[in-house]
Amino acid sequence: MLRKGEEMRRNIGKDKKLLAVIGYGLSGLIAVACLIPFLMVLSASFTAEETIVREGFGLWPKQFSLEAYTTVFKDPAVIGRAYLTTIVLTVVGSMVGVLITAMTAYVLQRKDFEWRNKISFFFYFTTLFNGGLVPSYVLMVRYLGMKNNYLALLLPLMFSVFNLLVMRSYMSGVPDALMEAAMIDGCGDFKVFWKIMLPLSKPAVATISLFIALAYWNDWYNAMLYIDNEKMYPLQYFLYQQVNNIEAYKKIIAQQGGGAALGGAINLPTQSLKMALTVVVTGPIILAYPFAQKYFVEGITIGAVKC
Amino acid sequence: MHMKKEGFGYKVKKYRILLLMLLPAVLYTLLFAYLPMVGALMAFKDYNYADGIFHSPWCGLQNFKFFFSSGQALKITLNTLGYNLLFIVVGTALQVTVAILLSELKNVRFKKTAQSLMFLPYFISWVIVSVIAYNLLSYDSGMVNSLLSSWGMEKISFYEDASFWPAILVFFSVWKGIGYGSVMYLAAIMGIDTSMYEAAEIDGANVFQRIFKITLPCLLPTLITLLLLALGGIFRGNFDMFYNLIGTNGILYNATDVIDTFTFRALISSNDFGMASASGLYQSVFCFLTVVTVNKLVKKYNDSYALF
Repeated sequence: MLRKGEEMRRNIGKDKKLLAVIGYGLSGLIAVACLIPFLMVLSASFTAEETIVREGFGLWPKQFSLEAYTTVFKDPAVIGRAYLTTIVLTVVGSMVGVLITAMTAYVLQRKDFEWRNKISFFFYFTTLFNGGLVPSYVLMVRYLGMKNNYLALLLPLMFSVFNLLVMRSYMSGVPDALMEAAMIDGCGDFKVFWKIMLPLSKPAVATISLFIALAYWNDWYNAMLYIDNEKMYPLQYFLYQQVNNIEAYKKIIAQQGGGAALGGAINLPTQSLKMALTVVVTGPIILAYPFAQKYFVEGITIGAVKC
Repeated sequence: MHMKKEGFGYKVKKYRILLLMLLPAVLYTLLFAYLPMVGALMAFKDYNYADGIFHSPWCGLQNFKFFFSSGQALKITLNTLGYNLLFIVVGTALQVTVAILLSELKNVRFKKTAQSLMFLPYFISWVIVSVIAYNLLSYDSGMVNSLLSSWGMEKISFYEDASFWPAILVFFSVWKGIGYGSVMYLAAIMGIDTSMYEAAEIDGANVFQRIFKITLPCLLPTLITLLLLALGGIFRGNFDMFYNLIGTNGILYNATDVIDTFTFRALISSNDFGMASASGLYQSVFCFLTVVTVNKLVKKYNDSYALF
């Protein structure tokens, strides 16, 4: 009897141990796999070009060099402008976007608003069917004159139905009694939204702002479609262009001159330059990450439960 | 008490503030979502810039004829479906596994750190991922090739050999999505009633029995909903990923071209509005039909899983 109990206990211990091994092992492995590429890019950006050419990319800069960064910042106005464009788009876009999203979500969760289901479907339907790339492109370029217009970078990312659904499901969890009390005190619909619903929805507002901000920060697609003017490039598309042009640029210089005077240009730190540009473009995201992550997790959780 | 039906005008007046608050989003959606739906009719037109969408001459099914006789339609459709299926199956399996494992781990700090690291790739753009891919895979200096040659093996020119790309694309898709997905499933696991686990423990169930008999069945509704959402988008390729990783590398097209990249190239590179709008509408219609069909089937099986 005693022995059987002991055996059972030992077995229970065994399965827990096995799970711990698998659990710590697999999740540790995946976590490391998610981190390593970042370290590689960081390391390569600080590695001397010859080392990369000779030995390839490594996890640690074997021969430390700041050459790539001095090249990136040789003309700080260029990357500075791309930075500024992206920052302004991100700030303006996420502020206006979250306001529109919250306002709409507030109305659609009001139970006394008879048309809320119909209008919700009006929004929801656009996730089921869309006109596709070509009509949108023609609309933007031919009818709205958005080619080389900052609005082409601002408008497409401002409002999304997914964000609306997340916001609405958060707001419908806010007790109605608070709103009703304000109504009885004579607050109008907008005032109730502004003074009561919005402050009470702070976590959702923070989450949605970050969702929208991330979309702006990472956007290169709209720039590729609508922006030809180099001076208007946002950060990601600037990086995209640089990465794809560096090799081409090097070739052109080699063909044109080939002389000793151009030797310096040929020895442009291309590989490490790509990596340094990547670090400069990703930096703010990584720095903001520890603060932002919490809100993302909350947002995803709201979305997962309700949507 | 009068039962007189309130008129439309009366309601508009009553709701005027609420309607004003809806106005920006409604206008936005009309302009950027509904107008292009009408514009999708251009797939049946011989579009020219001067006449625009509405005044260009009709041309019947000619654009679709060109699209289907290009020899590309079947290939890009199968690629789109195949890749999405792979992404869904491999991605979901790993996300669920990681979520379950993380939920069982006792060391809170390890759990938090692992989760933060896994979430990291979600935050970067596909442009950055393409730089990372190059860092790993380039022939001359890529990490994988450095390792291969240091082990005395032959280098692989990944960017000239299509056969590796299904695996590479699955890798990066999973890599970028694992944090987001596992957080979602972890949230669902956290919502499971803990008394069930306590009861199971008293009954002598081991941890694996607990996972397979309690956690997984409780995850099923979330899992099904998310799978349905994913299936609804099965005709939609992840343009961002394919275009950044493959770009204009024609050598890889056979194995990696999806409807979205095809449409994009037809529009931007060849300015073939007819072909591009035909393949685009073909995709939109199939997307819509899939969602509606899947939803109907699910509704028949279990109403609470349906999306709408």
